Amino acid sequence: MTAMLSIAGLWKSFAGFVATRDVSLDLAAGELHAVIGPNGAGKTTFFNLITGHLRPDKGAVSFEGRDLIGLPPQKIVRLGIARSFQRINIYPRLTVFENVQVALIAHEGQQWNLFRPGRSLHREGTAELLELVGLAAEAAETAGELSYGKQKQLELAIALASQPRLLLLDEPTAGMSPQETAATIASVRDIVKARGLTLLFTEHDMAVVFGIAERISVLHHGEIIASGEPDTVRNDAEVRRVYLGEHGGHG
Amino acid sequence: MPQRRTLVASAIVVLLLALLPLSGSRYAVDLATEVLIYALFALSLNVVIGFTGNISFGHAAYFAIGGYACAILLTTYDWPLAVSLPAAVVLAGLVAAAVGYFCVRLTQIYFAMLTLAFAMLVWGVAFKWKEVTGGDDGFTGIKLPAMLAHHVGYFYFTLAVVAAGVAALWVICHSAFGLTLVAVRENAVRAGFIGVDTRRMRWAAFTVAGTFGGLAGALFGMYHRGMYIENAFWTESANVLIMVLLGGIYSFVGPIFGAAALHLLQTFTNQYTPYWPTVLGLILLVIVLVLPDGLIGLAARFKAHRGARRGRT
Ligand SMILES: Nc1ncnc2c1ncn2[C@@H]1O[C@H](COP(=O)(O)OP(=O)(O)OP(=O)(O)O)[C@@H](O)[C@H]1O
Ligand SMILES: [Mg+2]
Repeated sequence: MTAMLSIAGLWKSFAGFVATRDVSLDLAAGELHAVIGPNGAGKTTFFNLITGHLRPDKGAVSFEGRDLIGLPPQKIVRLGIARSFQRINIYPRLTVFENVQVALIAHEGQQWNLFRPGRSLHREGTAELLELVGLAAEAAETAGELSYGKQKQLELAIALASQPRLLLLDEPTAGMSPQETAATIASVRDIVKARGLTLLFTEHDMAVVFGIAERISVLHHGEIIASGEPDTVRNDAEVRRVYLGEHGGHG
Repeated sequence: MPQRRTLVASAIVVLLLALLPLSGSRYAVDLATEVLIYALFALSLNVVIGFTGNISFGHAAYFAIGGYACAILLTTYDWPLAVSLPAAVVLAGLVAAAVGYFCVRLTQIYFAMLTLAFAMLVWGVAFKWKEVTGGDDGFTGIKLPAMLAHHVGYFYFTLAVVAAGVAALWVICHSAFGLTLVAVRENAVRAGFIGVDTRRMRWAAFTVAGTFGGLAGALFGMYHRGMYIENAFWTESANVLIMVLLGGIYSFVGPIFGAAALHLLQTFTNQYTPYWPTVLGLILLVIVLVLPDGLIGLAARFKAHRGARRGRT
């Protein structure tokens, strides 16, 4: 089977500091794949390289056979890759509803419609997405005033609004309470399965990672030091030494 | 569709304005004509300022292009108004598109400086191209259709054109395009990640602003029967910018109030003292210190305050 997302020999450095070192990874359609690693390992940078936020120094990224290198984020989204951000990245002064509504407008290419009233569009679709991530009651609130955990759910709703086939979630539960984390993870798994999405996510909570990932890659100093099924990765001596050891390593 | 309340309120305002000539005061009619033109000018600028979050310091350029082009087509080429006016507006829009193409590559102060630079070029052209524009003598003696020659006729014409222009801007600003622009203003990075080409959106907004600025300019030139290089000068850009800030950039109607307030103040001040620039400085101080979101923001705060008081009793 050919990979949905194929990454080969990816490099990125910032002023001489190598943040991504010869990373290669293939993602099969429908796979739930976690990228783990200590702080500063290069996980977010890796996501930024895939989604066009950063341009790699070297290497290839292709999605469903199309070369992504050099494409700006807005083109990559349109090919079917959406992401959420580790550091909240929403429209803080718009309402929760509008945050999602605009994403649906953009997905339908209606941002060039100068006549149709924007606020009347996709009301149902927006309500459905908010319901899905558990924000239906907060629809009319100003997004920036939500609790941190709820802003994270909003991140997820915005990403889903782009109707991606590949979803990238950068620490979707960071900063959430244990209850919020459990609920979010359950809903992410349900959504991904129900919609047949492919998921690539980073996460520090090992319970979450081993709870839903089908494959795991471990980044360390910008390099993938192990990649495979959860049990293989869990028992990898190098991984235990650099990462899982310090995290307790239980699943 | 606009809410019924908005429609009814706008209809009432237009109707009341239409009754103004019955007062028999030429002074009032002329002043109202000027305010209408500035209101459209300020609203057009706010498409860039309020809706994309970038301050243009060169909006007088499109006002001047619309004004000069309409004047020249009417007078030098003897084209009918029904052709001259649209042609002038399209020309202003095309120049805005050309200038905007470069300006939207930048943001913040660099964007402002580039819009200023292009506006000074436009001023330079109006100044140097004497055979066509009249240079520093101005372009005078604009030929107007007989119907518009009378001040009341011109007032009604302005009222109709400005009402149509404001309605068009209302639709654009409240469209899917307008809502997406707000998202771009609030967080351009995020807007990119939902599939929006933020630069092209800002480019389109700049073009829309220039087009309607050109319409205001065309009305202005015909009203004064002349265009002068001062109309293209950077102080005009500053003036309309202050109107927008005074009215409030985060509301659609704010700039209309800003334009009316500033123009009326200027007119009255000039009757009593030659110190308008000083008064303008004071107004700016007030905006920055106590009216950061303009007159509209003040009205909103007043309403909230009253609501809170009523809530307590
Ligand atoms: N734009 C940038 N400019 C300079 N250095 C950067 C930039 N982005 C990331 N880095 C550096 O690259 C390294 C990897 O950062 P990255 O954010 O990708 O790590 P991470 O694995 O996501 O960490 P965390 O778990 O804390 O989110 C860090 O040392 C960071 O300081
Ligand atoms: Mg990170």
